[in-house]
Amino acid sequence: MPPLSQWYVRLAFFNLFAGFTIGALILANKGISIHPMLWGLLPAHIELLLIGWIVQLIMGVAFWIAPRFWKPPRRGNETGAWMAFPLINIGVWLVVLNAFLSISIGMLVVGRIMELAAVIAFILHLWQRIVGRDFQPP
Amino acid sequence: MPTLTRWFIKSSMLYLIAAMILLLLTTLNAVIKLPRFVAFLNFHLLVVGWVTEMIFGVIYWMFPIIKRANPRGSAALGWATYICLNIGLLLRTVGEPWLGVNPKASVGWVLVLSALLQWLAAVFFLINSWPRIKERYRGE
Repeated sequence: MPPLSQWYVRLAFFNLFAGFTIGALILANKGISIHPMLWGLLPAHIELLLIGWIVQLIMGVAFWIAPRFWKPPRRGNETGAWMAFPLINIGVWLVVLNAFLSISIGMLVVGRIMELAAVIAFILHLWQRIVGRDFQPP
Repeated sequence: MPTLTRWFIKSSMLYLIAAMILLLLTTLNAVIKLPRFVAFLNFHLLVVGWVTEMIFGVIYWMFPIIKRANPRGSAALGWATYICLNIGLLLRTVGEPWLGVNPKASVGWVLVLSALLQWLAAVFFLINSWPRIKERYRGE
């Protein structure tokens, strides 16, 4: 597993832990009413698990296992994949922080824009690698 | 494919079937009158039962091994993950509609236990999988 994938997976694991912890508190709160504010953390729970865990894990594993070229650079131009890593993580955490602190709609929008930019950057990288075994780079 | 992975993947496929049946029932609920508990069956069967369980199983199988003598970490921790996740999810599947239909029923503890088990499953999975985020094993 290349170093960049390792970072994607580590951060995805961190988000899994945070997302499951918040989810467990919300679920337990349904059973024994711990604090009324907990239900307000639902958007953070969804964000951490859908984007921070599942999407990020898939990106990390895709960078690792998608077809590599016969000649270096084996993974083609990696710029998009490297750019996507900070973008998706800052984006997710801006959305999550806004869910906790309700700072502003602007923070939420910036977070979402960063997530979108991350996905586009990553796809620009991955697109070149969706090829068959016989592919010869120009 | 290791035995634990087979259990994870087969279970995840059963959850997918269950989730799709419940999705159909939820849709039918708009047309014909179905029992109220159907409204409380939620998409966690899909995202925890199907997606997360599939991911846990495949990671246990395909992530780089730690070393030849101990390829996938603790098997006991792997099975504890599987058992906690499934019992936790099943408790939720029963407890949430139960409490939804009878808010005065004393079954809140079912949801607390479900939350604790699912959280433990995530912790066990992370403890077992973290050492496998590494370069390919090349022998020692």
